[in-house]
Amino acid sequence: MTVPFLILAAITLAGAVAAMTLRKLVHCALALAVSLVGLAGLYLDLGAQFVGLAQVLVYVGAVVILIVFAILLTRGDEPPSPRVGRAVGGVVISACVFAVLAWAIVSGGAAQGASAASLAPISDIGHAMMSRYILPLEVVGLLLTAALIGAVVIAMEEKRRTK
Amino acid sequence: MTPLTGCLLISALLFAVGLGGALSRRSAILVLIGIELMLNAANLNFIAFWRYGPHPEALTGVIFVIFSIAIAAAEAAVGLALIMAVYRHAKTTDLSRVDSMKG
Amino acid sequence: MAWIVRYLWLIPVLPAAAAAIIALLKQSRRRLAATLAIGSLGLSLLLALIAFAHTLAHPALEYANHNWLQFGAEWIRFGWLLDPLTAVMLVMVTFVALLIFIYSLGYMAHDPNFTRFFCFLALFAGAMLGVVIANNLMLLFMCWEVVGLTSYLLIGFWFHKPEAAKAAKKAFIVTRIGDLGLFLGMMWLYGASGTLLFYDGGAGCLEHTAVAAMAAHGVALGLTASSAIGLLIFCGAAGKSGQVPLHVWLPDAMEGPTPVSALIHAATMVAAGVFLIARMYPLMAATTGGGPSSALEVIAWVGAITALLAAFIAVGQNDIKRILAYSTVSQLGYMMLGLAVGGVAVGMFHLITHAFFKALLFLGAGSIIHGCSEEQDIRYMGGLRKLMPITFATYAIAMLALCGFPLFAGFWSKDEILHSAHLWSISSGPFYLGAVGAFLTAFYMTRQVCYVFFGPRRPAPRTASKPVHESPATMTWPLIILSIFAALLGFVGTPAWPWFQSFLEGRSLALNFGAFTGGMISLMVISSIIVIAGIAIGWWLYGSRPITRAEDPDALERVQPQFFRALGQRLYIDEFYDLSVIAFSRLCARLFQWADRWVWNGAVQLVAWSTRIVSHFDSLVDAHAINAGFDGGSTGLAQGGRLISRFQNGRAQNYLRVLGVALVVLAVILFWSHAG
Repeated sequence: MTVPFLILAAITLAGAVAAMTLRKLVHCALALAVSLVGLAGLYLDLGAQFVGLAQVLVYVGAVVILIVFAILLTRGDEPPSPRVGRAVGGVVISACVFAVLAWAIVSGGAAQGASAASLAPISDIGHAMMSRYILPLEVVGLLLTAALIGAVVIAMEEKRRTK
Repeated sequence: MTPLTGCLLISALLFAVGLGGALSRRSAILVLIGIELMLNAANLNFIAFWRYGPHPEALTGVIFVIFSIAIAAAEAAVGLALIMAVYRHAKTTDLSRVDSMKG
Repeated sequence: MAWIVRYLWLIPVLPAAAAAIIALLKQSRRRLAATLAIGSLGLSLLLALIAFAHTLAHPALEYANHNWLQFGAEWIRFGWLLDPLTAVMLVMVTFVALLIFIYSLGYMAHDPNFTRFFCFLALFAGAMLGVVIANNLMLLFMCWEVVGLTSYLLIGFWFHKPEAAKAAKKAFIVTRIGDLGLFLGMMWLYGASGTLLFYDGGAGCLEHTAVAAMAAHGVALGLTASSAIGLLIFCGAAGKSGQVPLHVWLPDAMEGPTPVSALIHAATMVAAGVFLIARMYPLMAATTGGGPSSALEVIAWVGAITALLAAFIAVGQNDIKRILAYSTVSQLGYMMLGLAVGGVAVGMFHLITHAFFKALLFLGAGSIIHGCSEEQDIRYMGGLRKLMPITFATYAIAMLALCGFPLFAGFWSKDEILHSAHLWSISSGPFYLGAVGAFLTAFYMTRQVCYVFFGPRRPAPRTASKPVHESPATMTWPLIILSIFAALLGFVGTPAWPWFQSFLEGRSLALNFGAFTGGMISLMVISSIIVIAGIAIGWWLYGSRPITRAEDPDALERVQPQFFRALGQRLYIDEFYDLSVIAFSRLCARLFQWADRWVWNGAVQLVAWSTRIVSHFDSLVDAHAINAGFDGGSTGLAQGGRLISRFQNGRAQNYLRVLGVALVVLAVILFWSHAG
């Protein structure tokens, strides 16, 4: 538990809480970006450089932008909630879930301490991707293509049948 | 508290925050953001187990997270496209008013 | 094994793949379709030439077998083989097909279904090449049927013409009758030898062990198993190659486009039957003692009778393509005769030379028809010698080759058949039939040429206004190339230098003028005299006095009107089938219809009535006893369903909430049970 780790964790959690509580949707999206950057920092701190950079590229660079676009295109903030009970119910349930998880973590794991810090060299990841994991890689490529086409088709303006 | 436990707790907290948001917010976009947070919590778990697990040289956790990120990108694209379609159809992204699938 | 043997399958697969691609193209992509078909066939020709060169250097038979289907512990295996017979056929089929594809560019240029036409043609080429390289009777049979299918599709290509549709159906059904025999023969062969591979390192069904066993096994009436199987297989060959009595479909098949007639119904597909006999020759010829087998005897007689009968009918026809069709039937008869009396090389030599000059004749006829605005009746042609000089020159060469005029291709191959028939030990009947057939061939071809090219032009009223023109270059160049082969190809198989025969049979070759023995020379002289007499009589009847009016009766009709009319009506063979086979099946059908209506229908009605009475009783029970119980049950179910559907309220977050609660509850239960 180093100091940078704690700072990064704090940024991540603060961003997440902000993203889930702020009223303006654009603020939420920006808070999400902060949280994701913090998470990327955590990855770097844990020695997974490639994952950290991919996190920044994909999430901050693409997903958040996508979300901002969606917000702009649907141009609407959340209407003020008439029922508080709803939000309270959600929070209570998530708190219960956290309690269960934390209980499991604390009681279950006399986890091993850190082994010698071993970074994952990007060349190793590249080798693994291109040899052992080549089939999943291809499948993911196919999935991305399908998602691309699917997203375009779903979001496309429906043709007017009536003339 | 070992570093692994710390990581796992942070990840659980992140997950709980995401879940709470997804359960209580009414905007479809915010629900999607919550889901993204939960997914990232899971990714953090993978990295933590890889880093502090018995076989860091196996790279399994890292590879898994890379694939997970790729799939999350696809999921976000399709999810947002669905939100656009729903918005165009129902003129709202308020999930409490999108309930035409009720039994 | 050389790479060409390993990749021999590419030769049929290339055109077949082209057909598959063309099938997916839009109708408007005409140029692309033609390029694909011609390009793939050009590649096949190249490979075929390489294969041919390979067999020239290594004439031994080579094959490649692969596992195909598994039945229990048994594997059905298929493969392809390369031997001189295959190589010669490959080169012939790809070459002729390529020329005809090119010719079709011009001939079909104005057809709206141009793309479909090339798809069928390419599929045909693929299947035909598959027949040629197959090393398994099953594989051969499958390709054989695809060939039959494309023949059906192409005969009926102009399906809006009722005659074309009818002719396509007729061709399909008549050849199917023969194929039934082939299929039975194939089953029997599998039962008798346990394999359908032709050659398989000593275990194939055409190799010595299996053939000797079948030849030693008698069946009935003095037939051995090998001969019986051979005769069943010959049924298929007779259907495909238009041998009597299954020849009736081939003349009708001329309703298809002319390039199709040239490719399928003159040069290649109809020769597939002859090829099949040549391929199965070890089985056909197998006997325990010496001498010809009974299968070969039957084939010789059928071939000779076909050769004569079809030549007779050809004399009385007026449609330019029908004359050629009967001529094809007649020549196929010669090939069968040659196979039966002289062996593979004799029959195959005539097959190859015939393919070239008959394709040339058909393409020439197509050129004439094209130039004369779709006129097919030779009485309305005349005088085309000056108007279509290239067509005339090439047609004349092909005609001389077909007649067997000395030194042209047909002379050498037909002479060899007659020579072998003369030496046949069983009977001299086939020789005389063949000789008369040769005379008639010369006669009817002279008649046709006189009608078409000589005398004044006699256009029918509907085409009189349209000028006659020579065909475009895509059509004339194939004619010229083919005519060179038609004139010169015979020299690869002369008695003094029998290169072709020794190549097919793997013998050594030497130039030997001593082969012209006294008997052979005299036979050659006799056959030349026969041919020249036929041409002379034809010229005397039709050429010396120009035919001036289309309505004039035929020169033969004036002498023998009844006989000529019988020839014109194709010796009433179709009518005979109508009165015998078809009338019989119609009678059967009527009988069954009567039985259906009165016997079976009565029984069915009885059952129906009893069922109705029982069901009436049942419905009473249903309405009063059972319904009440079920009604109560279903009302309960509906209410329960309505209650449960409350949870299904369409809000995704509610579902998620239930999930979260369930997770917590489950985890707590799990921990408690562990703790306890």
